[in-house]
Amino acid sequence: MIPAAFEYHRPKDIEAALGLLQTHGDEARVLAGGHSLIPMMKLRMAAIEHLIDLRDIAHLRDIRIEGTNIHIGAMVTQAELIGHDGLARVAPILREAALQIADPQVRYMGTVGGNVANGDPGNDMPGLMQALDAVFTLAGPDGDREVAARDFYEAAYMTAREDDEILTAIRFQVSAGGYAYEKQKRKIGDYATAAAAVVITRDGDKVASASIAMTNLSDTPVWSESAAAALIGTRCDADAIKTATDAALADIDPNEDNRGPVEFKRHVAGIIISRAIARAWSRA
Amino acid sequence: MSKTAIKLNVNGKTEELLVEPRELLIYVLREKLNLTGPHVGCETSHCGACTVEIDGKSVKSCTMFAVQAEGTEITTIEGLSTPDNLHVLQRMFREHHGLQCGYCTPGMITRAHRLLQENPNPTEEDVRFGIAGNLCRCTGYQNIVKSVLAAAAEINAAQEAAE
Repeated sequence: MIPAAFEYHRPKDIEAALGLLQTHGDEARVLAGGHSLIPMMKLRMAAIEHLIDLRDIAHLRDIRIEGTNIHIGAMVTQAELIGHDGLARVAPILREAALQIADPQVRYMGTVGGNVANGDPGNDMPGLMQALDAVFTLAGPDGDREVAARDFYEAAYMTAREDDEILTAIRFQVSAGGYAYEKQKRKIGDYATAAAAVVITRDGDKVASASIAMTNLSDTPVWSESAAAALIGTRCDADAIKTATDAALADIDPNEDNRGPVEFKRHVAGIIISRAIARAWSRA
Repeated sequence: MSKTAIKLNVNGKTEELLVEPRELLIYVLREKLNLTGPHVGCETSHCGACTVEIDGKSVKSCTMFAVQAEGTEITTIEGLSTPDNLHVLQRMFREHHGLQCGYCTPGMITRAHRLLQENPNPTEEDVRFGIAGNLCRCTGYQNIVKSVLAAAAEINAAQEAAE
């Protein structure tokens, strides 16, 4: 499979990359790991005349842990995320989720920034970042602006990022407590039939706070405020988990596709959400 | 479309080439450098038959443009050994029947090579998880896993003997 011809750019800094985006408008796309974009180009489902490779922009690979603030550059790969011991200590849910993405070769190349910026409902990082209440930095012609992960996704492949902006970093606060990323997929390399990210903190034997987000169960990731509210103050017993799961299921709108009909997806989602809550609580 | 000059280090040798940006690395390796070890299997980033090592990463070379590889060090199956002096992974694949048709084998071995660099003492589960990006339609994987574990044991035994 040979993609249509394009011009390749490899800017050394973000200003040059933004300049290229300005010059070429919607004929240009930025390239991170390329493991979503290149397959689309090969299938000629994406026609790009100017490909702007971000790999030489060194600061996009930064990982910083400053107190409770975590900064992850957009070009950090899933493999780098998995291999980073500091991150595994302060935010182990990242490694747990990243290990469930695709396969080893894809994780060496695929980036966190590409995963969150693409807007593919099947990507795992968007839901996870909503659960963590992460904030994305968008660099544009007028400087940087920040958008919360919970406000970023508008529809499949439609996000708050403008065409002349580049998502450069993700930041979030370390959350204490228990966590889980549960994912059901048909095989290695497939996207989720259903997946859920859960973070729970404990106060004695009760749930003090909770955050629950879901992957590939609507055309955007879904952060369910009502599911979290249903858990807070409970002992996270079977009844509470059932109530929270039902609340989460009320917030999703899965489509029928080759992973199954809507009823099946709802069934799988219910199991995955309940498991994620139970496991997060067991670690809280 | 204009061509771009790139410089790659492939199996220890510097290669200077002119490529179109849209040329995928797998085709440059196979058709311009005559390295036909990496295979074109699915061409859709699933099967891993095109796996090569780039700067210490296992990469599906069908999902990377050659221009992206500018300045990198690439190792293909040809770089691991010579026909007279097979790599221990190749010997173990032969001994343990780790291949039948052989189509996936260069990718399997290139990937297993990187896996053993990162984890010299893998469990069976580590091996299965570590080669999950490489598909084999003949063996059912049993003998591939056996071969990789046997290679790890032999590498470790040789190292202990050397110490």
